[in-house]
Amino acid sequence: MRDVAIIGVKTTRFGENWDVSLRDIITEAGVGALEDAGVAGEEIDSIIVGNMSGGQFIEQEHIGALIADYAGLAKELHVPATRVEAACASGGLALRQGIHSVASGLEDIVVAAGVEKMTDISSSSASTALAAAADREWEGIMGATFPGLYAMIARLHMHKYGTTSEQLAEVAVKNHANGVNNPIAQYRNKISVDDVLNSIMVADPLHIFDCSPITDGAAAVILAPADIAHKYTDTPIYVKATSQASDTIALHDRRDITTLDATVEASKRAFKMAKLTPGDIDLVEVHDCFTIAEICAIEDLGFVKKGDGGKFTEEGNTSIGGKIPVNTSGGLKACGHPVGATGIKQAVEVVEQLRGDAGKRQVDGAEVGMTHNVGGSGATAVVHIFSRNR
Amino acid sequence: MMSVPRFWRKQVARYNLIGTHCANCGAYYYPPRNMCPKCRREGKLENFKFSGKGEVLTYTVIHTAAEGFEKQTPYVLAIVKLEEGPSLTSQIVADPKDMSIGMKVRPVFRKLGESGERGMIYYGTKFIPE
Repeated sequence: MRDVAIIGVKTTRFGENWDVSLRDIITEAGVGALEDAGVAGEEIDSIIVGNMSGGQFIEQEHIGALIADYAGLAKELHVPATRVEAACASGGLALRQGIHSVASGLEDIVVAAGVEKMTDISSSSASTALAAAADREWEGIMGATFPGLYAMIARLHMHKYGTTSEQLAEVAVKNHANGVNNPIAQYRNKISVDDVLNSIMVADPLHIFDCSPITDGAAAVILAPADIAHKYTDTPIYVKATSQASDTIALHDRRDITTLDATVEASKRAFKMAKLTPGDIDLVEVHDCFTIAEICAIEDLGFVKKGDGGKFTEEGNTSIGGKIPVNTSGGLKACGHPVGATGIKQAVEVVEQLRGDAGKRQVDGAEVGMTHNVGGSGATAVVHIFSRNR
Repeated sequence: MMSVPRFWRKQVARYNLIGTHCANCGAYYYPPRNMCPKCRREGKLENFKFSGKGEVLTYTVIHTAAEGFEKQTPYVLAIVKLEEGPSLTSQIVADPKDMSIGMKVRPVFRKLGESGERGMIYYGTKFIPE
């Protein structure tokens, strides 16, 4: 198996972007990443794109072909383009599939991208589309929503470990503070704990400011064999681990409602593959689709003992400058959550940090970074570890 | 909600809390499964009617409803652990103020929703405090 490097990255502006379509934003991300890498279209061996639900959000399937066409890679070059889906982990999955392809030796230059165009339909229709990531026949039919499922995780976490609404709110406050310094973030305003606690209740105990928004956005990275990465860039970022794990589709079938076993397992596999431990990680982008999800993530990834995530966050350990900076991009909460794009955006953020290009949100001396992308309420988890050093 | 055949297919299980029991390992499943996740191809699954007695493992009060549930807000959604072992997601017909983790519940036959004014009415099993 060959070592793989990321040689180019690009994330579009995240937000409620009515002026642009899915094909506009994915092309912008792909072209941006290719320019960043200095790669010509003729060099591309394949495109892998994560997209949760073009069918529901814009009534468009066959997203791979659409992208190849509008990127000018279809009609003459006939570059293969494949769409992969694992709900909100579709982006992470696309990255993993791209890494497989380059590592195997089958292909050299692969574009791994993610895109979601979510605001062309009403927010209630978008919520219904997202609910398809849970078990429609045995959760959705009973009136379950995504905030509702994570609210049930939050309620039990509070009951078992004494986690408070204020501690959950601290996740949103910290992520908004990071979003202020991210030019592509959907929200670039600071908020307070009171702002979160006084915002409307969506699914008790989760307020609207405990929830990530509905977002349009795309992101892309260019993958290459590590051996030729220096041909394209002075600062290739190396893939040290890629891992993925599954769990039951329905929350009610999990071993423990407050633990995402898929995250635990994917994390273990990633650390084993990279021959690293949580103490070696300088920053991590986790899947904070809800504030409680970030608390669970830092516990399940191994950064803090189960149950201590709320207190750890409240003490400032996850802020930039803290023990382990979490979601320097602003996370899903403030940067936004175009579901298919999120897993790629996380990788772009880590690459920018490891290159030292993250501006005001730069983590000093960052050498090793991690990403954690979750599908549904935890039925899929995808984890990657990246390093400046091969 | 969902299409008529998709709902109808599991109607008996939804109305009567009928799941499955594996005669090989003894585990119980609700919703019903065609393959025992523990024994896989070695499993011997048979239908099993659950007593419906259980306790609330966790719950939420939903204020922003799923599409089709707007008229029911606020409603209590819970994960109920049945006395035979498996857990399921359902609504608890109770005042949100009376809810607590660990509370004992029993099943009731209730309307879940409808497909518009002329469409099908969906029934199923909700729970009430014991």
